[in-house]
Amino acid sequence: MNKTVNQKAWFFVIPVFLLVAFNAIVPLMTVVNYAFQETFGNNVFMWEGTRWFKQILQSDRFHSALGRQFLFTGIILVIQIPLGIGIALSMPKEGIWVSVCLVLMSMPLLIPWNVVGAMWNIFALPEIGFLGHTLNDLGFDYNFTQQIGDAWFTTILMDVWHWTSLVVLLSYAGLMSIQPAYYQAAEIDGASRWAIFRYIELPKMKKVLTIAILLRFMDSFMIYTEPFVLTGGGPGNATTFLSIDLVKMALGQFDLGPAAAMSLIYFFIVLLICWVFYNLMMKNEEKS
Amino acid sequence: MSKITLKELSHSYLSTQSKKDDWALRDVDIDWKDGGAYALLGPSGCGKTTLLNIVSGLIKPTKGKILFNNEDVTNKNPVERNIAQIFQFPVIYDTMTVYDNLAFPLKNRGMSNNEINSKVLEIAEMLELKSTLSNKASGLTADGKQKISLGRGLVRTDVNVIMFDEPLTVIDPHLKWILRSKLKELHQKINRTMIYVTHDQTEALTFAEQVVVMHEGQIVQIGTPVDLFEKPKHTFVGHFIGSPGMNILPCKISKGEVYIDDNKITTHQKIKDKNFSKTEIGIRPEFITFSKEGIPVKIVKVSNTGRHKIIETKCSKGKIKILSKSSNEIPTDSAFVSFNKEFTYTYGDDWIIE
Repeated sequence: MNKTVNQKAWFFVIPVFLLVAFNAIVPLMTVVNYAFQETFGNNVFMWEGTRWFKQILQSDRFHSALGRQFLFTGIILVIQIPLGIGIALSMPKEGIWVSVCLVLMSMPLLIPWNVVGAMWNIFALPEIGFLGHTLNDLGFDYNFTQQIGDAWFTTILMDVWHWTSLVVLLSYAGLMSIQPAYYQAAEIDGASRWAIFRYIELPKMKKVLTIAILLRFMDSFMIYTEPFVLTGGGPGNATTFLSIDLVKMALGQFDLGPAAAMSLIYFFIVLLICWVFYNLMMKNEEKS
Repeated sequence: MSKITLKELSHSYLSTQSKKDDWALRDVDIDWKDGGAYALLGPSGCGKTTLLNIVSGLIKPTKGKILFNNEDVTNKNPVERNIAQIFQFPVIYDTMTVYDNLAFPLKNRGMSNNEINSKVLEIAEMLELKSTLSNKASGLTADGKQKISLGRGLVRTDVNVIMFDEPLTVIDPHLKWILRSKLKELHQKINRTMIYVTHDQTEALTFAEQVVVMHEGQIVQIGTPVDLFEKPKHTFVGHFIGSPGMNILPCKISKGEVYIDDNKITTHQKIKDKNFSKTEIGIRPEFITFSKEGIPVKIVKVSNTGRHKIIETKCSKGKIKILSKSSNEIPTDSAFVSFNKEFTYTYGDDWIIE
């Protein structure tokens, strides 16, 4: 195809460029600026080179927050993806119950994150919360404000409650796009229920599941509000995930240099994992 | 292999039926002989796919019975009925290779690997898929994929009936010919009952020994291609089959005689006087000739298709199309036409009067 060269076209790009510059590039560059310098306020900066990066990468505090973060994201993915697919598979495909299910499924997604945290905090309180009180009545020694296991259990349960719906809705959309002829052909070919899932449903859901995993990975890896409101990162540092730790460092201790370095490292980890994962999935796609 | 009988079959997609239009299929009675090649022909929405899915067991009919070799299979699923069906759009298992796709129905039935291997190779040979057997099925072109779908249906040798639901829709025209003759050849070779659904008359007439023509959920005629052409039992068959279709003109019947205006028409049948809300006369364009006397017409348009001329004329009751040899002389303005009485039929309320 022949395209005409017209330099005036750049004028159309400028508004977007300015917009992106002001809401992304300029703030990011500020962070980059902090990451390489030390400041005591009054706009006085001293060059520190890669010192903050070395400090963060060698600090136990960062290592353990990162470890907790991977553990948390790993657990919620392992629970939410199969659970979401399972719920989507068992949802009705036609009739009025479709809309009922879809609306019920969307409910948790519509609640603001800090409200979710507050809700679960009250819900799980050992003395007055419905969940906490019931568990204790049933003979479990449950107290998420004191015990590490209980805090993790509650945080994960909250996230599963809040976000599994997203996986469900995406999987359901993928399932609905499968033409009935596929199921009919499978029926005639004598395929078992498992074979239908393995050879028809799963391959047809691959694209939406890739998106679901990416979204759930990014969101859970950057989770802040909900655990902050629920546990405040405690007990001790047990549920202090990367972003909570980052805010503590930046706003609690006002260590702007190390916090900026940590933000950049954090950012690159998310970017790298998403990039690798996405390319792996798409590479398989091309082969087939 | 088996004989298939449909008894008083009706189907509706609604839970309650009050009027005629609520039924997708009405009072279908068919006998399909073992080993025959049949076609279901009709326009989109006439109920032919519904009928096919009822035979295969994907849909349970609202009323009526399906018998395979006189055994009632109405409540059996497709696996129990042991049938094969090929769909309009290619259905393939994306993640499998071509080989695994073809082997899938056999594997599900617990066949040994050796048997599977020989069957798959045989069918791949026949459909010219041998060179692609180890490729991923999703990388193939639309007609390659449809060949796999065909292959999966044909690979099982013990099926009662193989059904085709407009299988050549997505195939290129030149390949259509090849695949169609392949199917025909295959039918002669394996001698299995085959039912072929299509809205394309050429496809139906070339494939089948017997064609079932459907219209608005009803069977209007079952017959050989020649029957359908020479003696349509319903006006729909008349204008659906043939190109151009049958001329249908309103007529008057009195005392056993048929008239268009005041011109008496001699027809093939003896006419009994009955009360019809509408009476029509049907004559194919092939059986009309220009003559000295008869029905007066005005020539509207002449188009030449090479071997034939299609002459569009107008009489007092409507259009009459005439097909005549290219070499024949055509009158220029007004003329008279006469009908070959062997092929002239009268229809009362759309059904042939006999």
